[in-house]
Amino acid sequence: MAMPKENILPMPPPHPETWLRVTPEGLHCLPGGFTVDPVRPVERAVVTHGHADHARPGHRAVLATPETLAIMRARMGEGRAGESQQPIRPGEEVTHNGVRIRLAPAGHVLGSAQVCLEWKGSRVVVSGDYKRARDPTCAPFEPVPCDVFVTEATFGLPIFRHPPADGEVAKLLRSVALFPERTHVVGCYALGKCQRLIALLREAGWDRPIHLHGALMGLCRLYEELGVRLGDLRPATVAEKAALRGAIVLAPPSAVADRWARRLAEPVVAVASGWMRVRQRARLRGVELPLVISDHADWAELNRTVDEVGAPEVWVTHGRDDALIHAMAGRGIRGRALHLIGLGDDEEDAAPGGGGDAGEHAAAAEGATA
Amino acid sequence: MSVPAFADLLERLVFTPGRNAKVALLRRWFETQPDPERGLGLAALTDELVFTAAKPALVKGLVAALTDPVLLALSHDYVGDLAETVALIWPEREGVNAPPPDLSEVVETLEVTPKAELPALIAGWLDTLDASGRYALIKLLTGELRVGASARLTRLALADWAGKPVEEIEEVWHGVAPPYLPLFRWLEGKAERPDPRDAPVFRPLMLAHPLEDADVAKLDPSEWRAEWKWDGIRVQLTAGPRGRRIWSRGGEDVSGAFPEIVEEMDFHAVLDGELLVVREGGAVAPFADLQQRLNRKAVTPKMQRDFPVGVRLYDLLFDGGDDLRPLPFDERRRRLEEWVERAKPARMDLSAPIAFASFAQLAEIRAGARAASIEGLMLKRADSPYVAGRQKGFWWKWKRDPLSVDAVMMYAQRGHGKRSSFYSDYTFGLWRPDGNGGEELVPVGKAYSGYTDQELVWLDRWIRNHTVSRFGPVREVEKSLVLEVVFDAAQLSNRHKSGVALRFPRILRIRKDKPAGEADRLENLMNLVEKGSAAEAAD
Repeated sequence: MAMPKENILPMPPPHPETWLRVTPEGLHCLPGGFTVDPVRPVERAVVTHGHADHARPGHRAVLATPETLAIMRARMGEGRAGESQQPIRPGEEVTHNGVRIRLAPAGHVLGSAQVCLEWKGSRVVVSGDYKRARDPTCAPFEPVPCDVFVTEATFGLPIFRHPPADGEVAKLLRSVALFPERTHVVGCYALGKCQRLIALLREAGWDRPIHLHGALMGLCRLYEELGVRLGDLRPATVAEKAALRGAIVLAPPSAVADRWARRLAEPVVAVASGWMRVRQRARLRGVELPLVISDHADWAELNRTVDEVGAPEVWVTHGRDDALIHAMAGRGIRGRALHLIGLGDDEEDAAPGGGGDAGEHAAAAEGATA
Repeated sequence: MSVPAFADLLERLVFTPGRNAKVALLRRWFETQPDPERGLGLAALTDELVFTAAKPALVKGLVAALTDPVLLALSHDYVGDLAETVALIWPEREGVNAPPPDLSEVVETLEVTPKAELPALIAGWLDTLDASGRYALIKLLTGELRVGASARLTRLALADWAGKPVEEIEEVWHGVAPPYLPLFRWLEGKAERPDPRDAPVFRPLMLAHPLEDADVAKLDPSEWRAEWKWDGIRVQLTAGPRGRRIWSRGGEDVSGAFPEIVEEMDFHAVLDGELLVVREGGAVAPFADLQQRLNRKAVTPKMQRDFPVGVRLYDLLFDGGDDLRPLPFDERRRRLEEWVERAKPARMDLSAPIAFASFAQLAEIRAGARAASIEGLMLKRADSPYVAGRQKGFWWKWKRDPLSVDAVMMYAQRGHGKRSSFYSDYTFGLWRPDGNGGEELVPVGKAYSGYTDQELVWLDRWIRNHTVSRFGPVREVEKSLVLEVVFDAAQLSNRHKSGVALRFPRILRIRKDKPAGEADRLENLMNLVEKGSAAEAAD
């Protein structure tokens, strides 16, 4: 009885707009009764990755990869990372109230996953934050064909083109060679960027100890427990200023511009971030050595990914939705800006300059009216 | 690989905050780059490389042909600076395997390429470069190389690298040209120093430190000489058998703007003085008048008539071939007076000494000077030699206290260079009756300095959030932010809607506490205007 498929279906699959809604909590799946990356405590949460703007404390049930759950426990404490935790590995599938949930690697940080939801033959992929560039500390992004692809657009302007990260690390090592008497202090985010940078330094042959600001040590230990080798890591105590001459010290971005870093021996202040591509922004932050290393997709990666998943419709959660939607429209892809609140408030998403993301929102608003 | 190497140097210079680290970077450039690359880099950093063919519009046209207009506009809006936007957005082409150009290739090819072929030539170069290389090339071509290393710092680094006093380099600087092969040969000990002999070269100027009122008490009046500090432009007159030049304070040749002065320089000497617009009877006009004569390519007879210029002399560096700089100030002054007596140069006079018995008396003289053309006093130590640069303890400038008004921000415009992505130029206004029984704001000036980096970020955000309309690069803002603006003088002006022009306005502080309605009124400013200002007569 093999008949053409379209003839036996009584109804076309429901449009994702009918079962996936933007609520104050986040992107909410109506039939499933859960929210992806909720910004407020909810009954049921599916969490893409451990960054604080996506993984928040106080949910009752949390579904995520085992690594993301471990990161949440480490950052929030056992009790606050969800009363009940349900780990699933990429490729495994669970069904909840008729909604099939599967996770696929997002390539953003260790444990990061895209959430693939399927209901009545209609498939949505919520990618969370992702990148396509190589990262020795996490599994690479896997494109999943879908009807609606939900993407971020943190670096959604054609000026954002992340160069190969190994070249940026080589730049850092050249600077260390040029100023051997100075301490190179690199601002990097505690989760993901820090460990990726260490792994890249090791690949580049830097086998000396790498010194860490206290705020970075915990997650590095956790990465090692989860099987990511990082080599000889030591606490960076400012008291041993002399010993840190010629050393590489990693610290949170907030600490590099701080008195903490200034107490080091003639520090060369570096910051590893996708924002470093725009020199005026880097300069204003007092960065001497900008390293363009990002865990987010750049402009080309965003567009390539949208094309690879083949979705006729793409929802943009945050960032430069204006530019991305314009570019997709030129290729016949329908774009929709979700303006999700609360994303981009943390980690690399945050606008440079230290003042939160108000500036970027202003810039985005301005672009929209231009 | 030299444009990329130069780009790397520029990038490090831009981001390196410390002077010593900048010097280290520059030293490394001189040490590691081959000739003629290192000399061309030196020329670029000291603004001695000038290209006229490649305008920003050409670069804009190139990128517009390759990118979506909406995405280009959004990107330009985000980045602010056109050169950086182009450098970042330029599509990288697969399969380009031509090597990036050397600086020498850029310089030589631009000279011989017909205008019609320039776009293709420049696009071809941009294709071979990465983002920082493209940025460096565009900035180089369009002559906007603000890299955080001044021409002087570059020469200091050169001196440091060569182990020679910078003054020795400055002395020969205008006698040598890019790519400076004889200069480098001398610095590397392979040849004699290039001899400027009687060539009209720039001699580095002696500069003054600002004197705070509190420091005055420490000075002994008998050891000091006072003169007026005139509000003109500092110049060095250099004339001899091999030519005549008028140098600006920074060693820029401004002879072309003042032909009537050059004409009178039929002597053999090097003099230091102030270039001023001098009215009939010897009255010095405000700076606004002199401004009419600056940055002009051609000087019309009418300009020369309307804004007659002269030089007020205050030092003699060379009398013939005789170097007077090691002599004490008193002795040089005596020689200067003799020289003026002997040479009787037209369009020049002596800066008059001001007699005083105590600093209290001098302070009174200073406070009594109301002319807009006087900025304050210069104090020179009687025994000071003429030394290049800003050596502490020899010369002081003792400016009059600045004036101030509380004004309302009206418009904002994006800045340049490091401020290119920020609204950093502010037009501000004061209240006056609008003729219908109400009040209106009238713009009185524009300021683009005085604030801190943090204040700039705050102002930029405030402007973006309080824009009421946009005209090209200018935004009109809600009339609700009060700025305390200080300035050195207020002068009547027919060119300004308010009828008044401010000298050196800058933002002292942001008065978030003050409602706009309580800002100053135009009449408050009018009370500060110097009487007898000649600006209106000139128009």
